Amino acid sequence: MSETVLFAFEAALNGLTVGIMYSLVALGFVLIFKASGIFNFAQGVMALFAALTLVGFQEGAVPFAPLINATFGTSVHNFGFNMPTLLAIPAAVAVMVGFAWLVERIVLKHLINQEPIILFMATIGLAYFLEGLGDIMWGAEVKRLDVGIPQGGNVWFEENTQWLGMGNENFWGFYIDTLNLYALVIAAILVTALVIFSQYTKQGRALRAVADDHQAALSVGISLRFIWVLTWSIAGIVALVAGIMWGSKSGVQFSLSLIALKALPVLILGGFTSIPGAIVGGLMIGIGEKLFDFFMQPIIGGATENWFAYMLALAFLLFRPQGLFGEKIIERV
Amino acid sequence: MLYREAGDFKSTYSSDNQTFPIRFDRYAYWAALGFAFLVVPFLLTDYWANSIVIPLLIYVIAALGLNLLIGYCGQLSLGTGAFMAVGAYATFKLTFAFPWMPIYIVFILAGLVTAVVGVLFGLPSLKIKGFYLAVATLAAQFFLIWLFTRVGWFFNDSATGMITMPQRSMFGVTVTGAAASAIAVYITCLIFVVGMSWLARNLTRGTLGRTWMSIRDMDIAAEIIGVNPLIAKLTAFAVSSFFVGVAGALLFGVYLGAAEAGEAFGINKSFLVLFMVIIGGLGSILGSFLGAAFLVVLPVLLKLMLVDTLGWPADLARHLEVMVIGALIVIVLILEPHGMAALWRTIKDKLRLWPFPH
Repeated sequence: MSETVLFAFEAALNGLTVGIMYSLVALGFVLIFKASGIFNFAQGVMALFAALTLVGFQEGAVPFAPLINATFGTSVHNFGFNMPTLLAIPAAVAVMVGFAWLVERIVLKHLINQEPIILFMATIGLAYFLEGLGDIMWGAEVKRLDVGIPQGGNVWFEENTQWLGMGNENFWGFYIDTLNLYALVIAAILVTALVIFSQYTKQGRALRAVADDHQAALSVGISLRFIWVLTWSIAGIVALVAGIMWGSKSGVQFSLSLIALKALPVLILGGFTSIPGAIVGGLMIGIGEKLFDFFMQPIIGGATENWFAYMLALAFLLFRPQGLFGEKIIERV
Repeated sequence: MLYREAGDFKSTYSSDNQTFPIRFDRYAYWAALGFAFLVVPFLLTDYWANSIVIPLLIYVIAALGLNLLIGYCGQLSLGTGAFMAVGAYATFKLTFAFPWMPIYIVFILAGLVTAVVGVLFGLPSLKIKGFYLAVATLAAQFFLIWLFTRVGWFFNDSATGMITMPQRSMFGVTVTGAAASAIAVYITCLIFVVGMSWLARNLTRGTLGRTWMSIRDMDIAAEIIGVNPLIAKLTAFAVSSFFVGVAGALLFGVYLGAAEAGEAFGINKSFLVLFMVIIGGLGSILGSFLGAAFLVVLPVLLKLMLVDTLGWPADLARHLEVMVIGALIVIVLILEPHGMAALWRTIKDKLRLWPFPH
């Protein structure tokens, strides 16, 4: 194979792993959108907040330490112990569930029957709030997150793909980060678990009923408010997984919440209501933007990743507004 | 009695349709204008001008523009920052290409350039709406900023990638550049604010504004009764972008003096202006003023209180500010979806009857 093809293929492989991140965030979006019709802009910040909380628990950091220090002139930072990861993850999950409950209690309850656009703007406000809260609670510096997933180039994968070069001396096999392979597996497990949950459990059935028709679900005795807390909790857990993946790769920092914006074009590609759509859309955008950058860099310059996804979504909107897997948008007067 | 309609008889159509039907409001309006033009210039210090008054005036124009689009026409846009950048870069290119051109004309031309770009990115609105459109405008945001930081033609291949405003004067007074006095800058911004809000008010109560509002309330029904959605939506994008472009031109030209697209006109700017519109009140001219004032003054106040008085570190105060703004958005949307302007309306209704309850 010629070098260009090989390198393009490697770029696509890298894109695949970025795409998984997009998929994970988009998955959280889809879950909430299906259950409550709310377009949750805060999903990316939820991932950031979850990862921050996890790191905070692991390091035994005192919540609101900067605030306490500034107010009382003290200098507390740590409790002085490190929580084991196996304990810290359930604790972080508990925080996200608590957050879901609070959101339902304080925000969503009061916004029932508002227009979708008002709800969308409320979640933008929520995103800002959560971003500020995360920084105040755990400090704003970039944090290292290590939950024990191995990292670095995968030698096995590299050695076993070297034959593809057909004796080309410049080709040493495909480089791929082990972490990304794990991410792939974990994402697959997560989606399978979600599918099993929504197909075979009572709560999952209720969740699908609510997604299908709010009023009908209410009339057969399903508690809407409980289902909303449930979906926001699941979205919080998905956000935690996304946060762990991204955080182990490049540290827990603000850029994490920017991938949330990338999840919007992913949704447009995949359709707002389709879980497979979110996954396929994320992978497509991830691969697409890396390949586009690879081929176009000599012609129009780099950093096209910033806008490629949005332009692709724009093109999609003009020809297929409901996305690849979404339900057709029918409007009634 | 101060705040009464009684005794204020309207005998012509034009007096019946005027913006301030109550005499007291009219006096207050003229008094405010007189205060802004005749008193403030003599009280203005550099600190007040740079930290509150001038950004306030510039953001009022941007908020007015976005409010025309979201509040009156119902088209959500997250590309405000990029459209402001278009205004800024158009100012830069125009004033270098035609140094003799009066700077006010340059600002207006920059607004017109932005209007053209806005229409271009508004085209998808003919097929899509709601947050689908929001994503389409995000495309504008990221693509335009990328363009302005990558293509050397836009910033005259300057080594830093920044654009810098040269010194320009109007009527013999220096308006832009480092040598411009606070008063000249203030009066420039004020003239634009008064002119643009007059324009916005008269557009929104005329035919155009009514077609926008019909599209906002229900686009299909509006189309059935004969409103052309093509014209309504594209004019909304054009007018809104014109306002936003002028705001960007002023922000770069008279306030910042030098700017880099990604930093000065990033996505955060889009959200800032959106928040001004939401907090101030969707679909209200007064709301744009109140929202811009609130979000310009709030950070200054918080900084004054927390950093200067309590001695907090500046970054902590900044995080708290982000948190407070986010919480405020949610609270405003829950308690009063029409923002501060609706509060003012309630106060006005109460005032008319005071001291009687009904």
